[in-house]
Amino acid sequence: MMKSKIFWGTVAPLAAILNSLLLVYVILKFRGVDPIEMFKLMASYGFDPRNLVSELNQTVAYYMAGVAAAIGFKMLLFNIGIDGQYRMGAFFGGVVGAAVSLPPILHVLLIILTAMIAGGLWAAIAGYLKVRRGVSEVISNIMLNFIAAAIIAFLLSPSLLGILPEGSQTLQTREIPASGRMPTIKAFDSEIYTFLFISIAVGVAYWVMLNKTVFGFNLRATGLSFRAARASGVNAPRMIFVTTVLSGAIAGLVGIGTLLSDTHSYSMAFPAGYAFTGLSLALLGRNHPVGIFFAAFLWSFLERSAPVLEFEGVPPEIVIVMQGAIVLSIVVAYEVVARINLRQQQRAVGSVAVDSSITKEAN
Amino acid sequence: MGNVLEVVGIEKNYPGVVANRNVSLNVTEGSIHSIIGENGAGKSTLMKILYGLVRPDAGSIKVFGEAIALKSPQDAIKLGIGMVHQHFKLADNATVLENVILGSEPTRFGFVVKYDEARKKLQEIADHYGLEIDPDESLANLGVGERQRVEIAKVLFRGAKILILDEPTAVLVPQEVEELFTNLRELVKKGLTVLFISHKLDEVLSIADDITIMRQGTTVATRKPKDTNKKELAELMVGGELPKPRAGNQKVSDEKVLAINGASYVREDGRQILSGVNLEIHGGEILGLAGVEGNGQSELIELIMGLLTPSSGTVEVLGLNATTSLTRDIRNAGVAYIPQDRQRDGLLMTAPLWENRVLGHQFAEPLASSIWVNKGAAISDSKRVVDEFDVRTPGVNVLASALSGGNQQKFIVGRELSGNPKLIVAAQPTRGVDVGAQAIIWDHLMKARSGGAGVLLVSADLDELFSLSDRIAVIYNGSIVSVLNPAKTTPEALGLAMTGAKSA
Repeated sequence: MMKSKIFWGTVAPLAAILNSLLLVYVILKFRGVDPIEMFKLMASYGFDPRNLVSELNQTVAYYMAGVAAAIGFKMLLFNIGIDGQYRMGAFFGGVVGAAVSLPPILHVLLIILTAMIAGGLWAAIAGYLKVRRGVSEVISNIMLNFIAAAIIAFLLSPSLLGILPEGSQTLQTREIPASGRMPTIKAFDSEIYTFLFISIAVGVAYWVMLNKTVFGFNLRATGLSFRAARASGVNAPRMIFVTTVLSGAIAGLVGIGTLLSDTHSYSMAFPAGYAFTGLSLALLGRNHPVGIFFAAFLWSFLERSAPVLEFEGVPPEIVIVMQGAIVLSIVVAYEVVARINLRQQQRAVGSVAVDSSITKEAN
Repeated sequence: MGNVLEVVGIEKNYPGVVANRNVSLNVTEGSIHSIIGENGAGKSTLMKILYGLVRPDAGSIKVFGEAIALKSPQDAIKLGIGMVHQHFKLADNATVLENVILGSEPTRFGFVVKYDEARKKLQEIADHYGLEIDPDESLANLGVGERQRVEIAKVLFRGAKILILDEPTAVLVPQEVEELFTNLRELVKKGLTVLFISHKLDEVLSIADDITIMRQGTTVATRKPKDTNKKELAELMVGGELPKPRAGNQKVSDEKVLAINGASYVREDGRQILSGVNLEIHGGEILGLAGVEGNGQSELIELIMGLLTPSSGTVEVLGLNATTSLTRDIRNAGVAYIPQDRQRDGLLMTAPLWENRVLGHQFAEPLASSIWVNKGAAISDSKRVVDEFDVRTPGVNVLASALSGGNQQKFIVGRELSGNPKLIVAAQPTRGVDVGAQAIIWDHLMKARSGGAGVLLVSADLDELFSLSDRIAVIYNGSIVSVLNPAKTTPEALGLAMTGAKSA
């Protein structure tokens, strides 16, 4: 049973990826370039060690977004507010980190904790609105994303919390001192963020929480059936609220790898769009921490290696087509797998029903 | 009169499962022919074959003496076979007439619906067969019994001569069942033929002209009601003797496991759902709560489980104030809850059985220890439930949704009776389950009672109320209208009390 679970869990995403490769193949063919050549080009560029390091660093950020989305999905919550939560986390992490001076490890821990609290509190607004006022978390989160961006832009003005370094066009927070930075691992003339290990720990903690603890059981139960969970004694509305906050807290970590190992300050140059990516990755990785990690790496790999196609006259946006096709295919593939599984189980149940009544008769 | 339907040697295999084998059936014109059997005995498969939804692997079907091969329900309808589904397929926001003609509208130029003609035809059908329906009534205003009549009219409108009714009484209260039977008798008097699927033996004995029993996918016998009795039918269905509910000696304790005092509940929209309900249950007794569905039973149960707060009055469960206690504390104190809507309130349908065993028991030993779920204990105890309650499943890793309804219910009852609860709130515990499962569930409820538990048995099934209850309280329109002693009352009197009539 376990084996077939892993088998079906792997077959579906592979089929989805293959399907999207086929689609891109056709598109490239129409474009008049040799698709196989293009794929080879992307692969050789993407697997270049130096690029691998930068992909890995990007994977860390995507991974946190994916895990945050997955926690929401387990509760049937569509946390599209990851963008705002991540900004809040990175911004306040940067501000607090620059404002205090503490011994090295404590300093880093404080920044991480601040980021989680900021992301969690920001998500709590959507959670409260959903549970108490029945506002769809999708609507409130979309608005909260805009509000978060606006508040941060406001707070970054030089008269408040921001600075404009000489020769720079971009407002940013003050630099975090050395004690608040995370080391990097040197590899191939590049540097791997050590936040990677923290993100892996978060992934493990997520899995243990979800599958081993009573809290995780209640979370999943509420997601599977609000009414059944309530009847079993779970305070389901509270569970929804707590899950929202938890998802936001993880989302608060999305930008921390970059903040602590690379830029040491939050700036307006921090990228947007983590919400959609996170949701796609959770979907592709089937809310499983290992699956999401591979999905996050695949995304980073595709994005990193796409620009090389430009030299051949192919717009790098082809990668977005590929990602979109993967997400669409995966939804279909998982549904098909779920149906096959249910049918197999029903058959097994059916044969038992007949067998046991036959043995009963024989007795 | 001849046979309108002859089925010989039907066989249907699904991979790994024999759904039907060697099924034979002769149905006389103008008769009511009942098909009875346990859940999973193959009744549904046979009906699907007769209605053209499923094609048999072997065997022959003759309709009106002619051998036929049905490819789709359309073929069946053309031949005069109509199906009244257990779950109505009606549109709430349309009128009766619109529902009846939907999909077979008489039209002018192929697109203008001829309502007048349709109305006239429907009225004729209604008059001819004695079906009381108003074509222009909105469906949203109709009760369950009336909706069923609309379904029947729908089938007749399409010219059906043979009607298949799939467990038509499962959703009806006793009075509605009587009305349905009157309608059915009228239909056969006018020459139609009715195939009536059921597992309620009393009903079958009172309505059918012939009874065919199915077991393990095959037809095992056909009987006339006058030549048989309930016991024989039940034994033919399960292929052996039924376990009997043991009366056991009753020891009612002094401990009140439930005390409801003047509880009222007013819904948000201002409607009074419960008014001044007083109920008491002691350890060691079963209190039946009889009533037509929708008279406040669900809300009363939710008050007891701490899922709803009364507008006034008090609810005390095992010494806890249910009004201020959390559901989890009420459950932890020893309250078991068998919900009426098992799939929505009792199960995580897409979770494996062992996780469903944890549901409701995740806050205390032995299935949880501190913050951890005890998977090992959950799995081994699920296996115990599967064995003790004869849940037919290949294992406890199977999803709940893969089981049949009766087996889901057995699993829920087994789960809820784990850990020796002191109060059992059982809502329609045997609805939709076959006699074998019913006997098991009844037996365990009686055992729990002998063990000193108090049981609140909410049911619309008179048989069940009389078989199990020590006292029967009748709820009507949100009030307890009478408390009866089952030994000194009749089903008729109880049925009457359930409709709000003052008992004589």
